[in-house]
Amino acid sequence: MPKVSLKKPSPSLDMTPMVDLAFLLVTFFMLTASFREAEPVVIDPPGSHSDKLLPENYILVSIDASGRPFFGISNAQAKAKTLERMLQKYNVQLTEKQKREFMKLSVFGVDIKELPRYLDMTDAERQKYKTAGVPNDSLNPQLKEWILYAAQEANAVYLEAKEAAKRKRQDFKMEKPRYAIKADQKTKYISVKKVIDTFTDIKIYRFNLITSYEGGSKKE
Amino acid sequence: MDIRKAKKRGKKPSARIDMTPMVDLAFLLLTFFVLTSTFSKPKTMEINYPAKPEPTENVKPPEVKNGLTLILTKDRIFYYKGEFILPNDPKGRPATQLEETDFSINGLHKLLVDLNKSAIEEIKVLEEKAKRKEIQDTTFKRLVMEAKGKKEALTVLIKTDDQATYKNFIDVVDELNLAMVGKYVTVDMMPQEYELLKQKLGNQ
Repeated sequence: MPKVSLKKPSPSLDMTPMVDLAFLLVTFFMLTASFREAEPVVIDPPGSHSDKLLPENYILVSIDASGRPFFGISNAQAKAKTLERMLQKYNVQLTEKQKREFMKLSVFGVDIKELPRYLDMTDAERQKYKTAGVPNDSLNPQLKEWILYAAQEANAVYLEAKEAAKRKRQDFKMEKPRYAIKADQKTKYISVKKVIDTFTDIKIYRFNLITSYEGGSKKE
Repeated sequence: MDIRKAKKRGKKPSARIDMTPMVDLAFLLLTFFVLTSTFSKPKTMEINYPAKPEPTENVKPPEVKNGLTLILTKDRIFYYKGEFILPNDPKGRPATQLEETDFSINGLHKLLVDLNKSAIEEIKVLEEKAKRKEIQDTTFKRLVMEAKGKKEALTVLIKTDDQATYKNFIDVVDELNLAMVGKYVTVDMMPQEYELLKQKLGNQ
């Protein structure tokens, strides 16, 4: 009798457990994946041993390796309001479609006068588009204005949410807006300092410098 | 009987579906998500910058007992201890000379740990106490802050020239955090220091 069973080995492998596992992993990665947001430039931050996470609510200035500043706000409500104020100040008109497009950008680095044209581009065109970053000099202090308005609006949104939560007697979870600076390893420190000086000019002194985790144990 | 018959009949036609395309697809998706997902959220380092003094204000610099000045240039790091002394000092002290160190464990890290010994030892004792639950978490944090802020604890000034990169700066701040240095600040370089740095760089 054992001979019979030897004669008939199963010709096809049972793949069910493997497939189960594969789909389990697919589902896991699909649900946990948070996609890297498209950025106009690649910024490779230096490593550190700090293990603090980036706060949820932040105003970000990214500085690429050649020192161009880019600007972004995480809170959508504050972002929309900041945009309105900047458009009003510089007398620039945007269509609804362009505004929607703006909301999708994580960071941008163009002069506000170029903004309508920049927003009409496709992602691929934007990648190729040569910008000089958000203008940041005493004659054209757009970066300072963006930061100032964003700080005011983000704080207003924060306080409003706090009040609303108080009225409804709900738990209040929103974080206070923080100021994050992200720069490339190769960025010259003076370009970073210029941005920091822009912040200190409007009395913001505390920053979160974005780094990547180097790992490893603490040096002894 | 009936059920048995039905079962036997059902077995005969090939019950297996060819799963190969499905598995192919599953693995393709798996590979895609593994490669695109970003696991680590970016980490941050909190840092405070000094407020700009008002031009009308005449702020006296605080007295520093245990001071160190780090001067950064491209991938190199110089330092001197204590205050800056010009040549021909009226009190006859020797003029400040820059010394060079590096970013290795035996360089900057050792230098900082040696200078900040008193604070590090104090914090170690506190950590032990916290581990044995002798002091509460909030008390522990406050005491650590106090230990870092003591007069004997190291105070570091970071100065950079126009060649220093952001990576150099972050490396230094990281080392300061690891060496439990609580008092550090970035300031502009004095012209005399810049002269010394140029000499150093020119010599090599």
